[in-house]
Amino acid sequence: MTDSANAEKSGFLARHPLTPTAITGIAIIGFWVVVALFGPLVAPYADSDIITDISFAPAGEIGLLGTDYLGRDVLSRIIYGARMTMGLALAATLLSFSTGITLGFTAAVLGGWTDSVLSRINDAIMAFPSIILALLVIAALGTSIPILVITVALIDATRVFRLSRVLALDVSVMDFVDAARARGEGLWWITFREILPNTVAPLTAEFGIRFTFAILFIAALSFLGLGVQPPTADWGSMVRENLQGLLFGSTAALLPAASVASLTVGINLIVDWFLKRLSGPVATEMMR
Amino acid sequence: MLRLVVTRLLLGLLVMWVVSVLVFAATEILPGDVAQAVLGQGITPEAAANIRERLGLNDPAYLRYFDWLGGLLSGDLGHSLASNFAIADEVADRLGNTLWLAGLAALISVPLAVTLGLVAAVHADTLLDRGISIGTLCFISVPEFFTAAVLVYFLAVKLQWLPPLAYVSQDPALGERLEALALPVATLTFAVLAHMARMTQTAVLNVMSSAYIEQAILKGASRIHIILHHALPNALAPIINVIALNLAYLVSGVIVVETIFNYPGLADYLVQSVAYRDIPVVQTVGMIFCATYVGLNMLADILAILANPRLRHPR
Repeated sequence: MTDSANAEKSGFLARHPLTPTAITGIAIIGFWVVVALFGPLVAPYADSDIITDISFAPAGEIGLLGTDYLGRDVLSRIIYGARMTMGLALAATLLSFSTGITLGFTAAVLGGWTDSVLSRINDAIMAFPSIILALLVIAALGTSIPILVITVALIDATRVFRLSRVLALDVSVMDFVDAARARGEGLWWITFREILPNTVAPLTAEFGIRFTFAILFIAALSFLGLGVQPPTADWGSMVRENLQGLLFGSTAALLPAASVASLTVGINLIVDWFLKRLSGPVATEMMR
Repeated sequence: MLRLVVTRLLLGLLVMWVVSVLVFAATEILPGDVAQAVLGQGITPEAAANIRERLGLNDPAYLRYFDWLGGLLSGDLGHSLASNFAIADEVADRLGNTLWLAGLAALISVPLAVTLGLVAAVHADTLLDRGISIGTLCFISVPEFFTAAVLVYFLAVKLQWLPPLAYVSQDPALGERLEALALPVATLTFAVLAHMARMTQTAVLNVMSSAYIEQAILKGASRIHIILHHALPNALAPIINVIALNLAYLVSGVIVVETIFNYPGLADYLVQSVAYRDIPVVQTVGMIFCATYVGLNMLADILAILANPRLRHPR
């Protein structure tokens, strides 16, 4: 199983060589992953160290990238923020994928009223503009990191549910699934051994799309002051904290905003490359 | 076709009702209740009882829901917990500001996006198309606060062409309003423009791959002629749909943009109330945003039905 999947993957790369834009995307993501994993080991200061009493010191004068509104080192906070922002987004995306795929496949395989109930609940959640839904939950439950991750995961899961349900419906009418049913395989086998391997490609692309969404969404909520709370370093809240400095020409707000932007552009460059090389109606639908 | 449209309208109303129930239920999932959320740690039983009495929290939930819904429909929006002001007054003050912001952004971005999408489709697989594609991809990917921060840094701080904050007085003159709105509108426009241009391009290219277009190509018609006279009429339904969907996207876009520029609109009111956990305001203003969003989505579907000749005559 794994061997044939690997063979298919290397075949995919051989048939579709990386374009310069895809390579740029991979380089950007690679950079930020290394920063998030190992950056804190080499960061000049800890994220909440106040290193000077000068607010908004320009880049190069104090610290490599200057200081923020409290006189903390912007470079160190961006490094710690990379870990925080990417870590939370990854947690939310993993959570949304495990719930979304499980429920989506269950709805497709079982059909009947299970499908109807799950789909209607999903429709109800999707009827909300995502950010308003998040604001409602936060107003009711307050802000904390678990609530933030679960809220973003819930919103993401609705999209994953819809896609994986459609994918599973497409696959489950194929002959090899009928054959598995005739062999008397259980629901678990059919879902994870027959359907899942045949939906890996579009789901991989969807993972990139949802990860980007989670990064942007968490950054936006933190920017609104409703996500990650100070003094924790997070890209979205760094933009919020230092927005006043922008008016005096400080780049302390610009740099974390640019960090988010570069990361999400990087991911989308790869997703775009990947989607253009996926064939079939699902890929066309997902490109929209 | 009429039946399709009426069905979609009824479905839209049903969705709005479900959304209103869920928005209301947000208070019911509070750990404790609103009284506790308002007063926080230093709660005395008397103060809590007082607030419960004032908010009618002693009534059963379904009664309070119908009270709230009835108030919403008749224009009595209730009172803020934080300031005790009537929510309706505050909404009336701010609604206009938000409509100016979203309206101007829509007015600029819709024609620009359709043009860009068409240009990219006409010049498919050329350098121009690749340029537009990468440009729109980047603008889809970056957060609004990045676009805004870059615009403020260069246009307002370095070049000092425009004010960095969107302060508007009560009833400003048109010139003052436009100057204050320039940067927020630009930020919002970039965000929606990219989505719309990309979807327009996809819609036209989808039509371009159909058989009758091939026929026109074989006939020897020019590419511009084919796109404007053969492809565009059939791509109109998806394009109109895209436009309405993106107007719905403006509903979310204004939330971040109003906060960045300190713009006194509805979204700014909502975000502040969430921070203070001013539940009545969050529910009411949140419901206004949800209703607009659901309404625009419904409009998108209905326009798509009206513009699609195949859907006009269902089998």
